[in-house]
Amino acid sequence: MSSFWSIWITVLTLGTLIGCYFLLRWCLTNFAGVEEGESMGHSFDGIEELNNPMPKWWSTFFLITIIWGFGYLLMYPGLGNWKGLFGWQSSNQGILTLAESKERTLSNLKKDSGVLNQYDREVAAANAKYGPIFKAYAARTIEDLASDKKALKVGQRLFIQNCAQCHGSDARGSTGFPNLADNAWLYGGSPATIEETILKGRKSHGMMAWSTALGGEQGVKEVAAYVLSLSGRKLKPEQVALVEVGKPRFAMCMGCHGVDGKGSAAMGIKLGAPNLTDNTWLYGGSVRRVEESIRNGRAGIMPAWENILGKEKVHVISAYVYSLSHAK
Amino acid sequence: MSNKTINRHEKVETNVGLFFTLAILAISIGGLVEITPLFFQNATTIPVTNLKPYTALQMEGRDIYIREGCHVCHSQMIRPFRAETERYGHYSVAGEGVWEHPFLWGSKRTGPDLARVGGRYSDAWHFAHLTDPRSVVPESNMPSFKWLSETELTGELTAKKLTTFNFLTSSHQRKDAQGKRIPLYSAEDIAGAKAAVKGKTEMQALIAYLQSLGHALK
Repeated sequence: MSSFWSIWITVLTLGTLIGCYFLLRWCLTNFAGVEEGESMGHSFDGIEELNNPMPKWWSTFFLITIIWGFGYLLMYPGLGNWKGLFGWQSSNQGILTLAESKERTLSNLKKDSGVLNQYDREVAAANAKYGPIFKAYAARTIEDLASDKKALKVGQRLFIQNCAQCHGSDARGSTGFPNLADNAWLYGGSPATIEETILKGRKSHGMMAWSTALGGEQGVKEVAAYVLSLSGRKLKPEQVALVEVGKPRFAMCMGCHGVDGKGSAAMGIKLGAPNLTDNTWLYGGSVRRVEESIRNGRAGIMPAWENILGKEKVHVISAYVYSLSHAK
Repeated sequence: MSNKTINRHEKVETNVGLFFTLAILAISIGGLVEITPLFFQNATTIPVTNLKPYTALQMEGRDIYIREGCHVCHSQMIRPFRAETERYGHYSVAGEGVWEHPFLWGSKRTGPDLARVGGRYSDAWHFAHLTDPRSVVPESNMPSFKWLSETELTGELTAKKLTTFNFLTSSHQRKDAQGKRIPLYSAEDIAGAKAAVKGKTEMQALIAYLQSLGHALK
């Protein structure tokens, strides 16, 4: 803050406090020379104004608040550049980058910094309390954590706070957002893969719209019939006839879903193309929905959480997610 | 009693002009001390390093956000308390809001804070959620905004909006090497504004705006 504004604030603030004191004194002084309880010498409609001074307890309290005000301004930063004897500040103000904020926090927390940054202190106290717990979790494998009830409870809380919006509070997903409890995986369900998915996020390769390539609606129907037959679905007679026609057309789909339609994860590649043979449907398994997927394509995105939650928390969430399909 | 003794209170009480002047003086001091200096502080006038102007589509989305009253239930202001930063991310700083006119900090959270919602969910999630909030969050009490997908933007006013923002932010823009202010939107941005939004739905614009929030301090 420039010294002009510092002086501006200081003069106005102190001036107001002192002004309040003189105003109070002025109001308490009897200039009219009228005794307390006597008439002030004028009346309206027969109602007389009497000299009623302010109650003593009230004016005393007013005086105390003024004295308190000076004490407060001495201890806390209220007067321009004066930082206050406590060195108190709510948070890092005026930072331009996240890195700068972190730097400031580190220097604030040094013993001789003379700064009492309330937010930084609060976080440091919490880290001292919870940090060791997460550190201990981070040192253990996900498989190991998945059998630790306490760790799972922590993981579940974090899941509900951050993941349930898409995957549901029971982790069973909804249309377009995968069920995490059924052991059907788009990118693989090993502990390391789950953790990687949460940390880095996933951007599916994206299924293109096949309508044109399949020569229109008839082609879509044929491929849909074949795809539904892969999971052993009972089909209507008119669809059964389409299965055989759709089968050679499925060659277009094999690049991502595999020759047998078991999906990209089964082939060990991370395209996010689902297994079509298991009767688990990310976008709905009705004839209409499957046709829609083929006609218009699909593309799912999982956001990356590393920068939001940090590695240690993601590790615990990974264990929770892993435990859902690997219950012991 | 004697009317000749001085009753100074009476002087103020019976002189409207004097009373008015003293009252204005008393109530303006708070603003002069707490608000006026903020117009001239670095912390409140210098944009954070990664702050980017809204694109034309995001700008339209922002106006839909205002029109639908999203700011009535959603704040965009993360306070410096651990309970908030654990959930939403780093607390908001003044430098993130220098180009906001008007700011959309909000004052009430019926729904969660949105200051850093950008990138947290996929576009598909936002679409599902705005169309039918309960399809993804069963306990949500947010209204459905499904009609937003039915209205297309014309882009008639988009260029005007960008020009207006250039004007509103003129004293807080970044400077080039010669110390000249760089407007938020170049002439090409403004010329291409209509084409950038025309035919897009209001839903797309709103999602684009939501996805833009909060990246400035990452």
